[in-house]
Amino acid sequence: MNNKTRQIQAWLLLLPALCLLAAFTHYPVIRTVWRSFAGSGVRMGDALHLDNYRYMLEDEVLLQVLSNSFWYAAITVPVSIVLAIAMALWVNGKIRGVGLLRLAYFTPTVLPMISVANIWLFFYSPEIGLLNNILGLFGADGVNWLGDPDISLYSLMAMTIWKEAGFFMIFYLAALQTISPDLYHAAALENASRFTVFRRITFPLLMPTTLFVLVNALLNAFKLVDHLFILTKGGPNNSSNLLLYYIFENAFSFFDTAYASVLTVLLLLILVFLALLQFGVLEKRVHYR
Amino acid sequence: MQLLKKIGLGASALALSLATPVFAATDLTMYYPVAVGGALTKIVDGMVADFEKDNPDINVNAIYAGNYNDARVKALAALQSGDPAQLSVMFSIDVHELMDLDAIVPFDDVVSTDEEKAWLDSFYPALMENGKVGDKTYGIPFQRSTIVMYYNKDMFKAAGLDPEKPPTSWEELSEIGAALTKKNASGQVDQWGAMIPSTAYPYWMFGALTKQKGQVLMNQAGNETYFDHPDVVDALNFWRDLGSKHSVMPEGIIEWGTLRQNFLEQKTAMMWHSTGNLTTVKKSATFDFGVAMLPSASELGSPTGGGNFYIFKAATADEQQAALKLVRFMTGPEQAARWSIETGYMGVSPAAYDTEALSDYVKSFPPAAIARDQLQYATAELSTHQAGRVRKLLDDAIQSVLSGQSTAEEALTSAQKQADRILKRYR
Repeated sequence: MNNKTRQIQAWLLLLPALCLLAAFTHYPVIRTVWRSFAGSGVRMGDALHLDNYRYMLEDEVLLQVLSNSFWYAAITVPVSIVLAIAMALWVNGKIRGVGLLRLAYFTPTVLPMISVANIWLFFYSPEIGLLNNILGLFGADGVNWLGDPDISLYSLMAMTIWKEAGFFMIFYLAALQTISPDLYHAAALENASRFTVFRRITFPLLMPTTLFVLVNALLNAFKLVDHLFILTKGGPNNSSNLLLYYIFENAFSFFDTAYASVLTVLLLLILVFLALLQFGVLEKRVHYR
Repeated sequence: MQLLKKIGLGASALALSLATPVFAATDLTMYYPVAVGGALTKIVDGMVADFEKDNPDINVNAIYAGNYNDARVKALAALQSGDPAQLSVMFSIDVHELMDLDAIVPFDDVVSTDEEKAWLDSFYPALMENGKVGDKTYGIPFQRSTIVMYYNKDMFKAAGLDPEKPPTSWEELSEIGAALTKKNASGQVDQWGAMIPSTAYPYWMFGALTKQKGQVLMNQAGNETYFDHPDVVDALNFWRDLGSKHSVMPEGIIEWGTLRQNFLEQKTAMMWHSTGNLTTVKKSATFDFGVAMLPSASELGSPTGGGNFYIFKAATADEQQAALKLVRFMTGPEQAARWSIETGYMGVSPAAYDTEALSDYVKSFPPAAIARDQLQYATAELSTHQAGRVRKLLDDAIQSVLSGQSTAEEALTSAQKQADRILKRYR
């Protein structure tokens, strides 16, 4: 086969995937950017203008939403990862009932977000909810978990971490089982402490997994807002509103597709920035074998 | 299973085509929302099935579409996709936006005979307020409600109160509420006097409080709001005070979705909720309960609420006629009575209450008539151009005051200013 036919063959093989990408990713992105400049409300104009972006600069709710999204990601991502590693180390050991334990940790991941949110809605309910009833047993005052603007975002975070950690645990568990026992035997000969073993052997060898999990966790922090529909609808007074939910509100509650496009462009820029950061900076520090 | 279904479908399609050789069948797609929970989808499906039995030439595909917001999103998405619905039940207050989007036709353009024209006037006038714009009728009332006060008669008796005398004024609400609020030994409240939900539809509950002060929230044209009117500010202060000053209600935000459960588990003696909950409460309550009109400050009042039928512009003339037939069937006295009995939503026309079924039901269960009796004091629900955004402004203001983030004056003035900015281009 000469070089030219190989080239053609390669492109032909790539073609189906490229078509799908173009139709469902690239074209919508271009349309969105276009609409953010040309649209007003649900209508598309012909002239380009900056009204939608000007509105963005004046939008006080957006500031709150961005700060919420930042803290949501900054807290849920590291906590889920640390928990996931801890759970993976725990269920990787030789203890009785390890199968059940793994299953228990993984269960939250299997459940759909909407049904989970409906269950947690009743956990969090101030008068009849599980959490406040437990607090009441100890004579403590109840908390309005979803109704207090200072707490609602943290209540959402707690549920997200509960849901995500088990999922990431599976990846760590798989990674742990590929680490060669020889390394641990060598460490034992050197009389290394358990902490040193973790810091010098286990953790570095888990780095590729950590990068993968980190990328996924960060994306999920921006992508997953299903629970907001059930739990708080972004309230009270936007205290638990996240960027993607705010985009949905603008597009479908307010019928302002133009402004929703502006916000989508913003979300896109944030995600591109995060991706550059992760692959540009972090990947250099990851050891692949 | 899949195969069985296919055979079943094939067989019924065959039966249908054999039974109706003359007519070309008209297919109707209709979206409808459910906002109060319970098995309401089954009731709608049952009514639609009866309609199809009477009208073999019309196939109705009734699709449950979530809450009011979801139903609107789905119906409009279907319109844009070119595979549209011909009619839908949507929020009665969506009318201005649906008109701005040029999505709906007035019923005046679809009706032709005198009988049909008379039908347009057969509903309770209060229910038409959100459906009429200018002189034309765009929405026909279907699952319509007012806010009513559910109260626990057993708790009233236990507190030494007359169970037939629920509060009728704001003062009585806080007095009676205080008598019903009970603390346990360690000082925590076990039982609250009253609860008014402040998530999901806070502006709706608020519309009741402002109407009771004698003030409406917007004009009929939907291009002006009165959020910073002194009576409106007073109403919000009263709502906050019920929690923070009178302590008859939990302070802060009260969740709409779990409120009914709170009432059923006797955590609150009174709740303000949609009458659409009535049948579910009746079926699940383990105690004796009553339903009353909301109390008054200077007058009685509640906004109406709920969903109207709309017919879409994109439908062909034949489809619009078929849709009209369906709407007439679903809102006719017999079906309205059945719907009211099975849900608690009100019968939308006086004729519905004249049917044997509903008049017997009201006799055996008087609370079923409260929502209707309250209609004469009712006002329209908050409905403006760009309704979603304007509503959200008010919702945020209410929640920020109830959760102690700002004062009623500040929050409502700011909401009014922003609403003005949005609405000025519609004046």
